This record gives sequence, structure tokens and C-alpha cells, in this order.
Amino acid sequence: MTAGVPGKLGPALEARDLVVRLGGKRRWLRPAVLPVQAVAGVSMSLRPGETLGLVGESGCGKTTLGRTLLGIQREYSGKIELDGTDVSGLAPAIARRKRRAIQYVHQDAGAALDPWWNVGRTLEEGLVIHGRDDAKERRGKVEAMLSAVGLDRSFKSRYVHELSGGQLRRVVLARILLLQPRIVILDEPTAGLDLSVQATVLSLIADLKAQLGLTYLLISHDLSVIKRMCDRIAVMYLGRIVECGPTSAIFAKPSHPYTRALLAAAPRLAADGRHRRDRLLEGEPPNPRSLPSGCAFRMRCRHAAPSCAQSLPALEPIGQHQHAQEHGEEREHVVACGRWREIAETTPPPALA
Amino acid sequence: MSGDPLLEVKSLRLSVRTDEGLAQILDHVELQLPRGHILGVVGESGCGKSTLARAVLGIMPNRAVLESGEIRFEGEDLLKLPDREMTRRLRGRRIGFIPQDPYLALNPVFKIGAQLLSMLRWHAPPDLRSESDRRRRVLSLLRRVQIPEPELVLERYPHQFSGGQRQRLMIAGALACSPALVVADEPTTALDVTTQLQILTLLRSLTEEFGIAMLFVTHDLGVVAELCDAVTVMYAGQTVETGRTNEVLADPQHPYTQALLACHPDRSGALLGIQGLVPSPLAPPSGCRFSPRCSYAQAQCSRRTPRLVREAPGRFVSCRLADERQRERT
Repeated sequence: MTAGVPGKLGPALEARDLVVRLGGKRRWLRPAVLPVQAVAGVSMSLRPGETLGLVGESGCGKTTLGRTLLGIQREYSGKIELDGTDVSGLAPAIARRKRRAIQYVHQDAGAALDPWWNVGRTLEEGLVIHGRDDAKERRGKVEAMLSAVGLDRSFKSRYVHELSGGQLRRVVLARILLLQPRIVILDEPTAGLDLSVQATVLSLIADLKAQLGLTYLLISHDLSVIKRMCDRIAVMYLGRIVECGPTSAIFAKPSHPYTRALLAAAPRLAADGRHRRDRLLEGEPPNPRSLPSGCAFRMRCRHAAPSCAQSLPALEPIGQHQHAQEHGEEREHVVACGRWREIAETTPPPALA
Repeated sequence: MSGDPLLEVKSLRLSVRTDEGLAQILDHVELQLPRGHILGVVGESGCGKSTLARAVLGIMPNRAVLESGEIRFEGEDLLKLPDREMTRRLRGRRIGFIPQDPYLALNPVFKIGAQLLSMLRWHAPPDLRSESDRRRRVLSLLRRVQIPEPELVLERYPHQFSGGQRQRLMIAGALACSPALVVADEPTTALDVTTQLQILTLLRSLTEEFGIAMLFVTHDLGVVAELCDAVTVMYAGQTVETGRTNEVLADPQHPYTQALLACHPDRSGALLGIQGLVPSPLAPPSGCRFSPRCSYAQAQCSRRTPRLVREAPGRFVSCRLADERQRERT
């Protein structure tokens, strides 16, 4: 994705050709262990006030991308710009200082909190580290934030083991929101929650965004959640974004074969799966240490042709989506597939109820 | 439903003695599973769905107190069978099991082949007396669950497989002795959606091919919609509603089923959640256990436990409102 439209606000956060390598080491008298490219050239931008959904299967690099944008994982190459300022190529400690406006909600809320500290102390900690406030102001802020996430003051004296899954998520949200971020990276914010609790946490996340004017990067594998919460969606496969666009466009006109397979595979309430076996995606993602040449998806793709092995397809726009034009907004829908035009002509997209 | 169901649970009531008192885990659970059908058991965590699945396998929690009820399988009450009978004749042989986490169910230090063969050695039907017969059976099963290169797979260890492949191995294990019933406890929860669909499709075709009935425990209503013929909704240890999947999902009758479906992100409308918390099994509310959180609740709901009312053939609802509707009809 390129920078924002002239005349409008620029992107809040932008990444260009981001590459992240994990692991790898040299060994004496033996061949070196090669690093894995968890993020292999990702360009994306996060517009102020939007919720961008990042979807993909486990191991596709979505969490690594989130951690790199946050700054706790150093990128191998590429650029990250926060509000137009270059903040890339920094060691984690410095990167975090420069990117205070970004905060991260961990996948496992229980593991992210200290079991020996009560909620009040946990919430105050961030303010103490970053803070200029005195103790009284801190207490006031903590209480205000607790009520903002729907917990009462009595929770200050509670410990992690006394909290339910939904309450834990609220505490984790309160802890990072006290630091007044502008961008929040939510990594699977409702994983492991029951449906009824998930519903309340999702509506809290939406309310807080409106109240505090936040921008979200929502990482999830749950397409129902993504569809419900996001303005735009980026689909990742093996470290690359293969399709990105407005939620309505992606669901109405998924163009990458992987996006199509992913959307079709998601279980839906209005489904009768017995009649849709054709939507099955065979096989599993290849080992990221030995990726096939050309398009990484071609081994599992039912539309693959010899040409797919030759070069890596780049993201190209598939034109204005009708729905977006009605809203008078410039919103791009891009796809990285060499054959998307033929596929769009020959195969109808999966019927998504 | 015609004829006797393969599996029938009648007013099952099970508690567990804890340090803090008696925890009522299951209370008047009812279900019927005809041969060859797939029945989904859904509910939120703590509703007793896994305990129910384990009880069908004859595995009771520690310090369990069986207060009443029957679990009839092929006409026989499993709760009256001694554990040795259960192990020798039924578990693993007539009733297979697919666990949630195959990695925990497989022993990490033994090869896959040895583990699958030892299962057959214990439970094998009489026609598989010799080791080479059993080996042939394992290979054909692995081929059937679409594991590539089954001969090589027998020599591998569990950690050398992906999550989806391990779940295929567990399915092969569950089917090894040609059971009539397979109990599956959240078998696809840890898998990605594309792998999940592969496993669901495989389970569907296997149950059809071999005429196996399946009790499928899950929290995912979408998976129920994709896979199950019928569904039983549980709340706080009680059966609240049961019926054909499409009917229950399209037109839920119990207030809890309605509220749960409204929480699904696929449904339009505000995501409100359900107010209040799931009650503790140590002190369940009297009468209808959902009444403290129910928007239709009246004083009488907390006084009397509602019975399962037959709304239509195969459709049962346990709610005061259904009871009143039935009274009006008669």
C-alpha cells in the first residue's frame, strides 16, 4: 500500500518492504542453520482511526509482524514510519521509546500479568515507569480507567487468579490504555473466550476505540471477528500479504485463491457444509525454511499454472470496488496473484452466506 | 427417530465431592443419538459437556457421585457395568474417542506404529489375531485418513507431525476397532480453519462410509452448523434445548440458545453478550439455572426446575415458556 491520499491525513503507521528473520546460527564445522523469514517483504499502512484486520493461519507471520511494528522484534531490513517519522533500524529498547504511541495487547492475558501483583499495582506500574504523575493522580487515573473498561474499584485489590477470562482481557486493555497510545495492536484479543464473553469484550474494544480515538491493528484467525470489527483486511500467507482491501470488498470479491480458500473454509452459522466439499483446501503450508520458487501458495493452489513458479507476484490494484465508490472514499483493493484476472473470470468467488 | 437410539442418556445427574462441598456438574441431562447420526453437544466452558462425553466413555471424574440416570448404549446401561467390562468390551472397541489435544494423547517416546498397534492388540476384533493382519489394518486406516506414505509414518514419533496430521492419526486410532460410536471432544479447536475443514470433511465421510454415530462436543456453533445432524445445547450442567441443527440455529426456542446465538459475530445486531456470570456448580441457582440471567425470567422460574418439553418431533426445550405453550395447546 502506498501513502495516504493527498489532502487527507497521512498513514498513522507505515511499513515498507519489511523483512524479519528469526533464528539461524553458524555452527563450527557444520553447515549453518538458516534463519526463517517470518516476514518477507511486507508493505502496509495503518490509517488514523481505522481498524485493520490481519488474518492468516498459524505460522504465517502475523504475530511477528505485530511484534516488529511494536519494536520488540528488530527488523532485518525495510522501513517503519510512525506519523511520517522514520523509526526503523533501532535496537528494541530505543525502538520502544520512539514508538510509545504504539501499544500491544498480548494473546495470553493471563501470562501477561504478574500473579503476585494485585490489579491496582499492575495498572499503576506503567504510569510509574513512564510517569510524571504523583501517587494521587495515578490512583485517580487507574480508577477512571477501570471504570472505562467496565470494572469497579474493588478490582484494584484483586489478583490475577481471581479474575475470569473476560475480566483479564479488561485489565490488560486498561493497563495499556493508561499509557495513552494512539495505535493499539490487538493480538487475538478474544482467543479462548466463550462466545458470550467474547461478545462483551469485542463491543468494549469497539467502544474504547470510539471514545479514545484509537487506531487498531487486529490480529486474528477468526474471520467472523475480523468481518465484524475491521474496516480493512490484510491477508497473510507465509510472511507476505497476499491480498488487502476494504472488508466489504474482500468478502464480496476475494481475489487471491488463498483468500478464497480461507473465507470458504471458515465455519459459518448459516452453513450446510455437506454440499460444499469443493471448497476444501488440500495440504498444509510448506516449511518456511524451504519455500517453493515463485508464488509460495502455488503448491496448494487449484489454479496454479507453470508461470506461477517463475516469479513472485507483487501486490497490484484490482481497481475501485463499486461499494467503495458509493461511499466516495478512495480505498484500494490489492492482490498478489499473477492469475487473478483469469481466476475472477473463470471461477465465481465462494458463496459466503 | 425410528427404533431404539444407539446411545441414550436419561436424566443423568452427577456431582463431584470437593473440599468446598458437592459440585453439581450434570443435572438431568438427556440426549438421544440414533445410529449413523452426528450429534453436537454445545455450551460454554464449565457447562459439563466434556464431563458428559467422558461419562459416555465410562471415565468419571475423581470423587464423582452418580446420583441418578442411565447411559444406554446398544440397549445396555453403561453405568451399571463394572469398569473392567467397560475396558474389555466397549471402550476403544465399540466406542472410539478423539481427544482435543492429540499431542497429549500420544506418547512422545514411542513410534506411531507401536502406539496404534498396541491399541489393536488390546481391543482387536477376533479377525485380527495375527500381528501382520493388525499391521495391514493400521496401514489401510492411515491411508483412509489420508496420511501420505503410511509405511514410513509407522516409524515416526508424534512430534514429527503437524497438528492436523496428529488429529488424523487419532481418528485412525479411534476407528481402529470399527466402533459403532465415536466420542469427539473439541477435536478441531486447536486447528486452523483450512485444516479444520479438512478434518470435519474427513469425519463426515468416515461416519457415512462406516455408519458410525458420533457425539461431537464443541463450543463452536459454526462447526455444529457445518457438521452435525442434531444439536444439544447445555447450560450449567443441564440440557436446555435439543433438535435438528438447522431448526435450532434458525429458530432457537430457549432464551439461552437465543442469547448465545446473538453473541455470534456472524449475527447482525449489537454484540451484547449475556449479562451476569455462569453460576458456580457448588451453589447452582434453584429451579431453572439460567433464570438469574434470563430476560424472560419470572419468580416461578427460580422455584421449579423446568422439564424437557417436546415442541416437535425430535425437538425438546426445557423452559417455562415452552411448558406454558404446551399447556395452551392441550
